[in-house]
Amino acid sequence: MVKLAKDEQEMLDGKHGRAQQRAMEILVLYADALGAERFVDTNNVHLFVGFHPYPEVIKILDGDELASKFLLDTDEKIVVDYVKTFNTTHIWAMDLERWKIMGAPESLHMLMESIRKYSIRTGISLSATCTPYQVGNVPTKGEHCAWTESSAVPFCNAVLGARTNTEGAHSAFPSALTGKVPLWGFHLDENRRGTHLVDVHFDVNSIMDWYLLGYYVGEMCQLAVPVYNLKFNRIPNISMLKGLNSAGASSGGIMMYHIIGVTPEAPTMEAAFSGNKPQEAITYGESERRQTYDHLNSAKDNNVDLVNIGCPHYSLEQLRDVAQLLDGKKIHENVDLWIWTAYQLKSIADRNGFTDIIKKAGGQLMTDSCPLNANLFPKGTNIVATDSAKHAHYAPAIGGVDVFYGTMEECIDAAITGKWRGELK
Amino acid sequence: MSRILLNGRKVVGGISEGEALVTKQTISTWGGVHAVKGIITERNHELWGQSFKDKIFVFPAAKGSSGWSTVAQVIRMAGQSPKAMIIRDISSLTGIGAVVMRVPTVTELDKDPTEIIETGDWVKVDADRGIVEITKKK
Repeated sequence: MVKLAKDEQEMLDGKHGRAQQRAMEILVLYADALGAERFVDTNNVHLFVGFHPYPEVIKILDGDELASKFLLDTDEKIVVDYVKTFNTTHIWAMDLERWKIMGAPESLHMLMESIRKYSIRTGISLSATCTPYQVGNVPTKGEHCAWTESSAVPFCNAVLGARTNTEGAHSAFPSALTGKVPLWGFHLDENRRGTHLVDVHFDVNSIMDWYLLGYYVGEMCQLAVPVYNLKFNRIPNISMLKGLNSAGASSGGIMMYHIIGVTPEAPTMEAAFSGNKPQEAITYGESERRQTYDHLNSAKDNNVDLVNIGCPHYSLEQLRDVAQLLDGKKIHENVDLWIWTAYQLKSIADRNGFTDIIKKAGGQLMTDSCPLNANLFPKGTNIVATDSAKHAHYAPAIGGVDVFYGTMEECIDAAITGKWRGELK
Repeated sequence: MSRILLNGRKVVGGISEGEALVTKQTISTWGGVHAVKGIITERNHELWGQSFKDKIFVFPAAKGSSGWSTVAQVIRMAGQSPKAMIIRDISSLTGIGAVVMRVPTVTELDKDPTEIIETGDWVKVDADRGIVEITKKK
């Protein structure tokens, strides 16, 4: 059984109201499920409130009832006054402004309006992105966090050296209400050490290649902590690590990793393993890269219906690059082009004219969401082209579509010509 | 018929028994399961198209999206839950997922349950005591 500190026991006893009491009840069940010995304080939660994969099962609209039933997991109506911790929110079910373009039904819009009003009242951020680290939630090294979103978690752990497990909607909300998270998993030094050595013989130097590497290693390592040993000395940037992180958390469940000489807990190989003996050595080279590429390309018919890019949400660098590719171009009449980013980054794209360039070409720059959440693909979509291995992984199972995976340039070429002409170079 | 006992620890309490559905592959509920139909939908998964409803669901671990518990809750609400879960390696995803699924769940067994238990075996899970009793189908 988890040991409770005085303030935690008080919350559980109901001295600070029913909302904190219910939150603590869930956290105790959760801590015991994990086998955690105690809790640790957190003031950084990436919540998961605005999206549900089955909106059709939600029959209520009252914000308090929604939060009670779907986040606090009870039929009792619990009213939250104000969420205790600093927080950001993960994607919502639709673009909160451009939802009609997504073909979202009015019922979903009403549900989102209800959650939006609830969030404003209770102090929940409307950041609505899978990349909180791009929009002002940048934890410091050693900071204890409670983050949802599998692709954001390795950014928090491996890239920034902060500490989180991959939380779910039902654990993150109680953490935000109480400021507590079980001291377990990646909050503890011993679980952050490397477990598998990955010798990378291929010169990984494009965003697409970082996705491919992450996807292969995720499949091989599952929940382990890989240590990347790059034969070619490359320093990945934020767009590349976003790809690595999201791919490794789709084919597997990688929440923590090290890149020797790059990430903060791995100045050397010795530091990355910190006394652990590597359980397995994995080699990544040309043939592993080819195998992963072929696995992700499930489509045969090269007539593309939708080009969907920005998974995870595009960085400023990617927005700039895609605008350059589309400047003065027109996309094919049979193709929809959807580009996803965070609301805050779109406002910069608006100022710089990127949004206008995309619009003039016939594409859409959208925020807050992506088509996978509520399965909102344009009508009649069979073939999707994407530059995200994560999207390529999930779209077939969620949307029933076939996928081409390649570079941003190949995706934009497909948007303009209507044909997929990508190949592994 | 041979009987095998495994000892582990409780994740979520309760007692249940039924037929095992076993996979050696990790499970992603969001984007890998249809919660309302209760079937595995991940392409290339060895359990693709199969239902876990009313089974003793045995799998090595969770992978993928942090929506794991959100889908687990819908599985419960839609009446598609397994009778119990035996999870080799617990993680934050399956920890909170099992809490909202509200079915007896055990982990950290003395032997790898995905090696010992086969689909079709009759399995009794006493999660409160952390005991799994397996009756082999053959």
